[in-house]
Amino acid sequence: MKIESRFLIGIGVFFGIIAISYWFTSYEDGGTLMLVGATTLGLVPGAYYFFWHRRFQGSKYFFWGRTDRAVGTRPEDRDDATIADGAGVVSSFPGSSIWPITLAAGAFVLLLAFVFGTWLALVGVSVILIALIGVTAESRRGGRY
Amino acid sequence: MTDVIVPQIAGGEPAYAAAHEEHGPTGLMKWITTTDHKVIGLSYMITSIVLFYIAGLLALGIRVQLTTPHGTFISFQQYNELFTMHGSIMLYLFAGPFAFGGLANYIVPLQIGAPDMAFPRLNALSYWLYLGGSIMMLLTFGVAGGAADFGWVAYAPLSTTTYTPGVGADMWIMALVLTGFSAIFTGVNLITTIFYLRAPGMTMFRMPIFTWNMLVTGILILIAFPVLTAALVMLFADRHFGAKIYAVTGCHTVAGAVDVHACGSAVLWQNLFWFFGHPEVYILALPFFGIVTEIFPVFSRKPVFGYKGMVFATMAIAALSTGVWAHHMFTTGTVLLPFFSLMSLLIAVPTGIKFFNWIGTMWRGQLVYTTAMLMSIGFLFAFLMGGVTGVMLASPPIDFFVHTTYFVVAHFHQVLFGTAVFAGFAGVYYWYPKMFGRMLNERLGKLHFWLLFAGFWVTFIPMYVLGLSGMPRRVASYPTGLGWHVWNDVSTVGSFMIAVSFLVLLVNFWVSWRYPVPAGDNPWDAHTLEWFTTSPPPHHNYTHLPLIRSERPTWDYNHPDAPTIRYDHGRGGHPNGHGPYSGGNGAGPSGHGDGAPGAAEQVPAT
Ligand code: HEM
Ligand SMILES: [Cu+2]
Repeated sequence: MKIESRFLIGIGVFFGIIAISYWFTSYEDGGTLMLVGATTLGLVPGAYYFFWHRRFQGSKYFFWGRTDRAVGTRPEDRDDATIADGAGVVSSFPGSSIWPITLAAGAFVLLLAFVFGTWLALVGVSVILIALIGVTAESRRGGRY
Repeated sequence: MTDVIVPQIAGGEPAYAAAHEEHGPTGLMKWITTTDHKVIGLSYMITSIVLFYIAGLLALGIRVQLTTPHGTFISFQQYNELFTMHGSIMLYLFAGPFAFGGLANYIVPLQIGAPDMAFPRLNALSYWLYLGGSIMMLLTFGVAGGAADFGWVAYAPLSTTTYTPGVGADMWIMALVLTGFSAIFTGVNLITTIFYLRAPGMTMFRMPIFTWNMLVTGILILIAFPVLTAALVMLFADRHFGAKIYAVTGCHTVAGAVDVHACGSAVLWQNLFWFFGHPEVYILALPFFGIVTEIFPVFSRKPVFGYKGMVFATMAIAALSTGVWAHHMFTTGTVLLPFFSLMSLLIAVPTGIKFFNWIGTMWRGQLVYTTAMLMSIGFLFAFLMGGVTGVMLASPPIDFFVHTTYFVVAHFHQVLFGTAVFAGFAGVYYWYPKMFGRMLNERLGKLHFWLLFAGFWVTFIPMYVLGLSGMPRRVASYPTGLGWHVWNDVSTVGSFMIAVSFLVLLVNFWVSWRYPVPAGDNPWDAHTLEWFTTSPPPHHNYTHLPLIRSERPTWDYNHPDAPTIRYDHGRGGHPNGHGPYSGGNGAGPSGHGDGAPGAAEQVPAT
């Protein structure tokens, strides 16, 4: 967590400096805006990681609320961790799913609608909606083998 | 149901176990519904290599047309479509997706000891969006008016409906919107995977350089691709919804004067495009730097030289690459020459550090010239020359002279060919045994390499000469009497040598499919985690993992007498004055790493 947060904050600081120096050498707003965008891209998640690092000394999971004891550094952040230190549930992974390809097909048709006519959008949007409902319901049920 | 991965202790050895095999659909349905990063990664790689062959054929068409002055092989219109689609497919659909969607997808979870990507279904969505975008782009050859013909950069206002009407251009834009989202999703996915799914002991500074480079590439993608997608949407709005963002026509008042408020800005597109475009160049380079940084140490039988230097050089290149976009716009006269020239020249420094470290890795190593190693060395030569001419182009006086000539075409092909082709196929030769459990034929591989290497120089060196003697790029025809004819012929001969070399690769694939030679888990005696598991790896990758005490866990496990020591830590000295090993002093590969608090590596007992 600590290195991840430093990495991202470093990106933000770098772009902050470049954005400022670019603005004061060129007074060009388009480029400056994009550089400011890159600055926030680094700072926002960087601050998030920093926050969790400080609060839990690197809890492995996204806990909300307070815990009384520090969870301690994650095994993947410790030099001396053994594989057994990672025991427990790593994460749960979905099995096979038909919805990604359905969603992509919907997006494909929707974008073609811009080129070939609005009626296609009806098809595209419907497919996307079905796929979104499908993928959400699947997450709740926990996927399908 | 979902798969839950529970690390288990098996036979005294700490072990990870995939709790369940997948009992899903079979056959075609299995592929369509897969969420396995290995299947998705392979699909990405195969699709992108097919597209590489298609774009290569288009390049041959270009070269044939240019063989004679006033060529008549194809029409001017077709020529424009050809180089546009050649460039677009090579950059948007081959090089990036191959490395970042394909190789990274397959290798990164393995290298950090993860069971899969963090968001497997999002990963599948990325692939299908990419496939859809690729199909959409290829379909444009069949539509009325033909494919897009405004170059891979689609400069507005050339790309507005006034100058490029037609469905082909619209579909080109939409195809890139699809693949743009695909790239962004993969970027998010990879970054999350690297931050959250590393195996115990796999600290950030023990990750292989390949994984580091993919992480940095992911960040670059998140910075660059949204800008491209937004610019494309605005271009589409200009084309069809009457927006006046880039358009410079139709803004005259009745009296004939120009009404600036009704006008778009012609250089705005260039600013937006290149804010994406130059980082994109490094999105196409850093993953390939990562590939060769895996290959050099393995075939030099040494750890990588200057691990941390490599990591910071990668970060520096990525950071600088976002501050140089307007070096593509020097000749517009609207950009700040000193700022962009200086920033561009600065990139040579971290790139130089990388070269230094690659050479340092090979220095006094026991070099093994496998095809993967030869391809990586080919990359060094190609990228070096491309890089040096790039430094020349970063200097405005030179750029003003050669801008939009074949000099630029030669420069960027040396860079891109070095990365996407030499380093990319080095990766294919290197990881193929892991992916399929069988070897590629080395003799055919070497034939492939030497034909490619020779063809590469014969194709692209003449383009430098042509550029310096004034031949502009993107022309379908040129006059006699300027001395351009002979150099164009040489270049065409070279391009056919390259084509033949890629036929040899097809033969090689066929041979390995027809007469399999089993590879075993670790045919190269390689260093990183992916070589610890079986080839191909099982569902969810690992049944057990070794102790991770350095960036070379598999090596440490296999060579208990020669654990990894890193130069840049300098602790414990260098036993042989230069050697990477502790010289068999009996220090175990695992166990007593707590000698020095927080010590990442084994300290030799001497
Ligand atoms: C088989 C080997 C290749 C040959 C013979 C070849 C040949 C050419 C030629 C002659 C042009 C210039 C067309 C013109 O300006 O009129 C060109 C343009 C281009 N090539 Fe290649 N090329 C090859 C491989 C590649 C690769 C591997 C990449 C990238 C990964 C690539 C990317 C591009 C791009 C981006 C353009 C610019 C297109 C434009 O002007 O819009 N090429 N190629
Ligand atoms: Cu550039």
